[in-house]
Amino acid sequence: MGYPHPIHPKETPVLSTHFGEADARTFDGWVKRGGYAALRKALEMTPEQIVDEVKASGLRGRGGAGFPTGMKWSFMPKDTSRPHYLCCNADESEPGTFKDREIMRWTPHALIEGCIIGGLAIRAETTYIYIRGEFTEPYHVMVKAVAEAYAAGALGANVFGSGKRHDVVIHRGAGAYICGEETALMNSLEGRRGNPRIKPPFPAVAGLFGAPTTINNVETLAAVPHILVRGAAWYAGLTLSSPKSTGTKLISVCGHVQRPGVYEITLGLPMKELIYDLCGGMLPGRTLKAVIPGGSSVPIMTPAEVEECATDYEGIVAKGSMLGSGGMIVMDDTTDLVYQIMRLAKFYAHESCAQCTNCREGTAWTTRILERLLAGEGKASDLDLLLELSEQMTGKTICVLSDSCAAPVVSGIHKFRADFEAYLTGAAVPAMAEV
Amino acid sequence: MSGETAVYEPVFTGAVLAQLEALYPKYPTKQALLLPALWLVQEARGWISDGAMHEVAEKIGLTAAYVRGVVTFYTMYHTHPVGRHFIQVCTTSPCGICGAEDVARALVEQTGCGDLGSTSPDGRFTVIEVECLGACGFATPILVGDDFIESVTVERVSEILARYP
Repeated sequence: MGYPHPIHPKETPVLSTHFGEADARTFDGWVKRGGYAALRKALEMTPEQIVDEVKASGLRGRGGAGFPTGMKWSFMPKDTSRPHYLCCNADESEPGTFKDREIMRWTPHALIEGCIIGGLAIRAETTYIYIRGEFTEPYHVMVKAVAEAYAAGALGANVFGSGKRHDVVIHRGAGAYICGEETALMNSLEGRRGNPRIKPPFPAVAGLFGAPTTINNVETLAAVPHILVRGAAWYAGLTLSSPKSTGTKLISVCGHVQRPGVYEITLGLPMKELIYDLCGGMLPGRTLKAVIPGGSSVPIMTPAEVEECATDYEGIVAKGSMLGSGGMIVMDDTTDLVYQIMRLAKFYAHESCAQCTNCREGTAWTTRILERLLAGEGKASDLDLLLELSEQMTGKTICVLSDSCAAPVVSGIHKFRADFEAYLTGAAVPAMAEV
Repeated sequence: MSGETAVYEPVFTGAVLAQLEALYPKYPTKQALLLPALWLVQEARGWISDGAMHEVAEKIGLTAAYVRGVVTFYTMYHTHPVGRHFIQVCTTSPCGICGAEDVARALVEQTGCGDLGSTSPDGRFTVIEVECLGACGFATPILVGDDFIESVTVERVSEILARYP
């Protein structure tokens, strides 16, 4: 549902069906709603059968990269002489993204169930759920739900009497965007600074505590029980466009729309319908200026690109951006895009872990040049300088934080050049006189 | 250092020590307890002093310098005492385009903090600006201590502050 709004007829509620129902948070309430049936089914299956079912569903990672989940699971070794770990990435901090928060707040047992099933698939007896420190309410809801799941026998040494073990540990982050990057998350969990690691080795070979590890996003794991209960074919059939984009996706929409919220759509829904029908369109008297469709790390889209865009992995790429996490930022004609791009650059400069030079220096310089421009002190060569800097920040570092800072800058200059030039010619009133 | 007693009183005794020890079986290494241990210190003391960093280092088998390196990486650990009510306000773009900077300004003015990052003279509030709190559809979200408050507007600021004496 379009939490906190009622379900819109163009939505496909699967994961979000019970958002807003306090009773769904309890173990009994979840069982009443069909919960834990998928786990009972999974306990009768071999790891290969679970992986095959998820592969056949077409489920792709919902955290941002969109990697096929079943394939990711199949990379895990079959040998269990060393422990295997499942990590659930609940460090949702990509600006514009607030969907995992609602999953944890309203349907914590859906996530726990997904973790146990994922654990069975990759032969892991422990899941660590890494929740960002700022998510106080989701943290408390999850801690309570995990305790209930142990008391009910869904977790522990003998999951539902199957003789199989699974433990879930909730681990609280402490404020660092970069810990949403999977290797930084593992370092943080191990009690280190959240610096991303160089790959290879990939987590499936040497991940958490040096052991084979799979990291999955909250929404990905929460989708798995539905796939096991209703079947891979049902999930794979949920698509309005590309057969490579199957299932439902939670899209968190924020910014200048009438009804911001978390909407669950069948992938492929026209972006225009999402913005104008589900979210109620622009505020009175305003027009659309730009959309950042997949969290702040993806290129900015123009209204013309939005016009014919299918909201799925391929559709958004075709229109010059990415689905990413599904965190959609809608901006109307009152927005000073140059200021907001500076603000995003400042975000990345603040969140850089500072181990790679191009990122540490690049994010800071990008911010400073944009601030100079906004103060009315820009030089004619600044736009080329920003583009050159962005090129040095793309594909040159350990993780993609640096690339993420470059994306809105490059797309902003290419698609909204006049906005930048207005600050150079004096047509725009300096927005940062105090800088 | 202000707030530090002359003789350091250990944090990890009694119930807090029991909480830490209950975590040991959940992780294969002792070092993984570092973030949870730091949270326990902050819950007990309100901030993490040099003495506490030494104590945590001792408990977990790390050096104090290593612990400091980790503490300072994360934004939520306080290395100085803060106000009774610690307010975090999001001003990242999605909230920024919906008026978050005005909310931050109102919080700073009405708490008497004077500036972002400062504590009010009566020790009641500290206000800091933070990056994305992950509730962008409910601009502007703020955290007061552990209380997550959504859809804060300039008009609501005085009513919210009144809840925190």
